[in-house]
Amino acid sequence: MTDTYESTYVEGDPYGGASPEDEGRVFTVGGGDWEDLVESVDPLESERIVVNMGPQHPSTHGVLRLVLELEGESVMQTRVVIGYLHTGIEKNMEFRNWTQAVTFITRCDYLSPLYNEATYCLGVERLLGIEDQIPERVNVLRVLVLELQRISSHLVWLGTGGMELGALTPMLFSFRERERILKIFEMITGLRMNHAYIRPGGVAQDIPPGAVDAIREFIPEMYRRVDEYEDLLSANPIWIARTQGVGYLDTESCMQLGVTGPLLRASGLAWDLRKEMPVMGYDTYDFDVVTETDADCYARYKVRINEMRESLRIVEQALDRLRPGPVMVADKKIAWPAQLALGSDGLGNSLDHIRTIMGTSMEALIHHFKLVTEGFRVPAGQAYVPLEGPRGELGAHVVSDGGTRPYRVHLRDPGFVNLQATPALTEGGMISDVVASVASIDPVMGGVDR
Amino acid sequence: MHLLAAAATASNENPSGVFGNDPWWLTLAKCAVVFIFLVLTTLLMIWAERRVIGRMQARPGPNRVGPFGVVQGLADGIKLALKEDLVPAIVDKPLYILAPVVAAIPAFLSFAVIPVGPVVSIGGHRTPLQITDLPVAVLFILAMASVGVYGIVLAGWSSQSPYPLLGALRSAAQVISYEVAMGLALAGVFLYSGSLSTSQIVGQQAKLWYALPLIPSFIIYLIAMVGETNRAPFDLPEAESELVAGFHTEYASLKFAMFFLAEYVNVTTVSALATTLFLGGWRAPWPLSLIGHGQLNQGWWPVLWWSGKVFVLLFCFIWIRGTLPRLRYDQFMRLGWKVLIPFSLVWILVVAAFRELTNEHKTRIESLAYVGIPIVVVVLIWSFVAEARANRLAREVEAEASLPPRDGGYPIPILSGHAGGGRAPVAVAAATDSTEVLDG
Repeated sequence: MTDTYESTYVEGDPYGGASPEDEGRVFTVGGGDWEDLVESVDPLESERIVVNMGPQHPSTHGVLRLVLELEGESVMQTRVVIGYLHTGIEKNMEFRNWTQAVTFITRCDYLSPLYNEATYCLGVERLLGIEDQIPERVNVLRVLVLELQRISSHLVWLGTGGMELGALTPMLFSFRERERILKIFEMITGLRMNHAYIRPGGVAQDIPPGAVDAIREFIPEMYRRVDEYEDLLSANPIWIARTQGVGYLDTESCMQLGVTGPLLRASGLAWDLRKEMPVMGYDTYDFDVVTETDADCYARYKVRINEMRESLRIVEQALDRLRPGPVMVADKKIAWPAQLALGSDGLGNSLDHIRTIMGTSMEALIHHFKLVTEGFRVPAGQAYVPLEGPRGELGAHVVSDGGTRPYRVHLRDPGFVNLQATPALTEGGMISDVVASVASIDPVMGGVDR
Repeated sequence: MHLLAAAATASNENPSGVFGNDPWWLTLAKCAVVFIFLVLTTLLMIWAERRVIGRMQARPGPNRVGPFGVVQGLADGIKLALKEDLVPAIVDKPLYILAPVVAAIPAFLSFAVIPVGPVVSIGGHRTPLQITDLPVAVLFILAMASVGVYGIVLAGWSSQSPYPLLGALRSAAQVISYEVAMGLALAGVFLYSGSLSTSQIVGQQAKLWYALPLIPSFIIYLIAMVGETNRAPFDLPEAESELVAGFHTEYASLKFAMFFLAEYVNVTTVSALATTLFLGGWRAPWPLSLIGHGQLNQGWWPVLWWSGKVFVLLFCFIWIRGTLPRLRYDQFMRLGWKVLIPFSLVWILVVAAFRELTNEHKTRIESLAYVGIPIVVVVLIWSFVAEARANRLAREVEAEASLPPRDGGYPIPILSGHAGGGRAPVAVAAATDSTEVLDG
């Protein structure tokens, strides 16, 4: 029961044992009662209880599992266990063509599906070398839906985060507004979630009549609603008591842990990829990067609330820029030659269209068939085009071997990376603070586990 | 002085002597009515809570069962009763079964001493609308509330599971702390009324409800009663987002329903107690009490005023729940021990001094001066001290801010100057040579 450990550590030898600093204290047990050993090392061991928070728990954002070691109400140690929502999306994408893969990657982070699509499609476009050929209307439409998505994602965060601190009303308020956004998405993309709207080369279809009016109607109301959330929470003494000074993570710690997004901006660093590495013409929009300096849960709340306002500003500008034009690259090797139009049964192409295409251009039909079934080829190479997602840096590392299917797609999901800050945020706090801190990270397990 | 006079008339009007003279069937009938009232209020309260919170949250709430969904509570109750009564294998079975009973019974018992109305005539018997009264009726209510906590603590302990255990610990600490604050708030009433009997306390509020002269006590009581009943924002023992369901996590079916019932009956009881001690009990509110020489304070009318007041308080419970987030455990304890209890103690001192001076036949102005001047002096000194402290803290913060930033040696990216609103897109990763991927 003594330290009889002999290290095999050799300075500079990568195959030697771990250094004593890395390993910590090592015990060699030579018989005796386990309980006695544990007792001799840590007399308070038996006073601690280990609580499994999740994967089935009301406030772990789906299936996050936290193993908490508690001393009374204080959290001594937090361990994060993930993987309960692993769906093999990345692997599945390797068996679909480049366009079909969009329907998979959109299902990763289910609160920001359009971001997943966008970062993947931008990567594919970079590999194809068609970034300059993307029509202006596509970029504007992408920015438009992405910023609406940011608002809807922050609304879910506000709702669930509020509910986890016991504030039930903000949850229903924010879900009410999210519903409006999802309706707009349904109008534009046909689906409320998992849209598969952004495709390599453009977007799936043009914005329908009425959608622009719906968004214009929504913007002033949303400004009002954001004020309403602030009225409910910003000066609420209980809300402040529960969030201020809770889950502190300064800029340096954020950098060490790779934390990005609202957590990083709440610590004072104005790091926003929309400004730092702009794509889709983000550099031409007029908006501010929201920062706070307190680096706690309240600062993150303020950052997200104000980001909703900034996103609304961008949406307004995007609407003004919307000019008629194509929504797909002109390159017929990538864009389908036939435009999808609904038949009278609500499914498939219209018979008129099929008649025209079969009667006039058999070549185009064959081309269409090849593109739909086999897909286009993407030059071999790799690309990574990160976006500022609602949770931080979201990027798809796209690798092609020159075929019609991705060789490998890896998603750098901000939820996954930010989640490793959980012990730093929660250890030493109380069990209630764990809930507040994890909520402030805003992990989406679909994205974390993929 | 007029308070004393009022007390004298009140005790004539409603002397304790009227209790204990009821025939057995009348007592039984009263008990049955109180029981039915409490169960019905619970059902109504569950429905009202969901409807009212629904309206506050821009949604309809339950509206399917019965008119406006009013029978929803009953439907839920029946569903709960018909569910499988699951008992986990490792629980401490006797305590596990006993706990919900211990929680529910005292909740009902406290209501025995709540006066619902004045003396009325039922079947030829003149009887007060109250099951019974005791010289220590309010203490009886406090005692019953404390016994009820055993139910929660035992439930958490016997469940043999971490979340219920934590919930039970919280509950025990919470009720002990808030009972102190609550008791101190009630002490103000006792000092004023000189009685612990609920019917006499109501009798003495003929001229003035105690909520007005004792407004700090009233506010403390209102806060403590929310804490005492484990309701939001003080619902820490069953904090859903932290402890899943707290002490009743392992309970199902009727046993769970009993905890549920106990919670709502407790809510009704503390509201009824607030009505009795601070809001004049069954007495008609001010302009109405003037009609026809207090006609509305006689016969069966007071039942209406009493229930009106109780339902207003019940509405406040719902309102608070729809508005406020939940406090953290330590913050809640701090509020109890460091704010409510010291404040109550000072306030009790003030009330006692004031009462003593009034008893010594000082005029009200004199009494106010004797009590008020020291308070003003203390408050002034305290505000100076607080200001000095705030200044010192501000200086410390300033000194800290003027220190050079900590150099942790970890690189932080340099931001592009994005004030100009435009610079060329940065190529993060250009398409690389194909051989790199295939060979690598």
